[in-house]
Amino acid sequence: MRLWTMVGKELRERPVPMATCGLAIVLSVTALVAVRTVTVFSERAVARDLDALGANVLVLPRGVTLQDYYAADMHGETLPEEYVERLTLSGLEGVDDLSPRLCVSVLVAGQSVTLTGILPRSEFQAKAAWGGAGIFARPAGCGAEADLPIGQANDPVVLARKRIIEELAEHDALIGAEAAARAAVNEGDAIELLGEKFTIRAILPCTGTVDDARIFAHLHTVQRLAGKGEVVNAIEVIGCCKQIAAGLVEKIAAVLPEARVVTIAQVVKTQQNINRTMGNLSLAFLALLLAVGGAATAGAMYGNVSERRREVGTLMALGATPGVVLRLFLGKALVLGLLGGLGGGLLGSVVAIWLGPVLANVVVRPLPSLVACAVGVAVAMALVASLWPAWRAARLDPCVCFQEV
Amino acid sequence: MLRLDNIRKSYAGRGRVVEALRPTTLDMAAGEFVAVVGPSGSGKTTLLSIVGGMLAPDDGKVWLEGQSLYDLQLRERTRLRRERIGFVFQSFNLVSYLSAVENVQLPLYLAGVAPRTQRQRAVHLLERLGLGDRLGHRPVHLSVGQQQRVALARTLANDPALILADEPTGNLDPDMRGQVLDLLGEFQREGRTIVMVTHDPAAAARADRILRLVDGIIGAFDSGAKPAPAA
Repeated sequence: MRLWTMVGKELRERPVPMATCGLAIVLSVTALVAVRTVTVFSERAVARDLDALGANVLVLPRGVTLQDYYAADMHGETLPEEYVERLTLSGLEGVDDLSPRLCVSVLVAGQSVTLTGILPRSEFQAKAAWGGAGIFARPAGCGAEADLPIGQANDPVVLARKRIIEELAEHDALIGAEAAARAAVNEGDAIELLGEKFTIRAILPCTGTVDDARIFAHLHTVQRLAGKGEVVNAIEVIGCCKQIAAGLVEKIAAVLPEARVVTIAQVVKTQQNINRTMGNLSLAFLALLLAVGGAATAGAMYGNVSERRREVGTLMALGATPGVVLRLFLGKALVLGLLGGLGGGLLGSVVAIWLGPVLANVVVRPLPSLVACAVGVAVAMALVASLWPAWRAARLDPCVCFQEV
Repeated sequence: MLRLDNIRKSYAGRGRVVEALRPTTLDMAAGEFVAVVGPSGSGKTTLLSIVGGMLAPDDGKVWLEGQSLYDLQLRERTRLRRERIGFVFQSFNLVSYLSAVENVQLPLYLAGVAPRTQRQRAVHLLERLGLGDRLGHRPVHLSVGQQQRVALARTLANDPALILADEPTGNLDPDMRGQVLDLLGEFQREGRTIVMVTHDPAAAARADRILRLVDGIIGAFDSGAKPAPAA
């Protein structure tokens, strides 16, 4: 016979009180694991959605105020294109992409349309590689699951969503859905802009923003035709949301002190608030686990010790030391914590898989590390809650073995 | 083998002090069978607890095989009890969730004996007491007499030199009473010292010596034995 033989058999001897106590632990751990799992996946989804939003930091001339995020480059003020190079070579971590823009007004089919000069990614990526800078390196923990693969960035849908293009020839043009409809042009058609012929490479899908009424061409072509020199109206920065929350805006401002750097503060704040709320909720459930599970365990163990006074006295008469008695009760607490923690961890994962899509609109998968952590917490809680009853048992007067039932 | 040297024990409670055992001196030889009789509350259980190393006297010393029990550290005293003393209880005190063989294994487990050896010895003892076919039975599935025999087997598990029996026949019918007393006699013949607390005159008559305990004083004796004078 071993200690665990006694612990196991005693647990089976009194199934109801132990099941009640175990259930309290299971339910507490279930709540903790379910909330924390949904929280983790919800945070990931928020970060992914923010990254998918596209440019989330804007570099503007100092005097410009931001009225409309999607029209932030249509103010007429300019800043040097050289800022793009400075950013590219800065080595800032968390800058996924850049999109410098210069807007001029042109007439197409008798109507005024905004022609926006953009710089294809391949041009400043080459500079980054040449400079050995770390730009476009996505740090660990960034929201988006993967960078846009080269090639996909020329997809009109991706261009419309991310506002980034990989390659753009000198006389290529991309046209928004609304502008294309108004000008009655199709892909492959030629269009005259500022006195030169352009080929329409793609019609961008409708986004519901002012981009739908724009025509995009190579930045340097637009600069030359408009006679503006090497300037841009704005530089859009696609940054990792976590890095933005961690101070990316301030870092960009430090690289470009003459410019104004703004972010979609509300969006970032929202993410921070969601993360904080979920984190606090998890802590509240952790406290609940400790309170409910601990109280249930302590109560059950206390009752168990009272019930087993004569047994403990007999064991002591037979030669059990206080240490053996202590191990007997703490061993039982360990088993309860382990079973309760495992049961709660599994049940919590199942509940999270069910609740994730319902409550947070996210697909949830089990988090083994969280389950392991919850088991650890449940075991620690059960042991701590049982310390006092077990200590009382170990201090029992062995003479109780002579008491009659 | 066992010597109580001027021991005294009192309990304080509800504003008064009760003298459970007045100064008592007593010697028991190895292999002696001593019965302690007396009315309820006379101090019999207190005497048994003190002799068993579980209740320190207020004064005096208890010597077991030349060692002063209460001058030992708790751990040492526990070890001595585990190795040299066996207990028999009126209600048997079997652990309800363990089988007969596991109950007998208990003292061996507490002594750190390997599980396989524990089981071999427990099976041997139960077979000796006629319970070879009840090894896996839990106490609730055994008759009263069988339960007391399992308890006796458990008492013998660590081969004790001293057996302390608290009303071992109190819950038994006459037939079983006889069987248990026969077994105690057998244990005595093996050289063990037995101290038996009992209300039963017939059981006491099996002892070599009968001590009568009244109000904490060993006041009378039978069978020609001589208790040492109280201090």
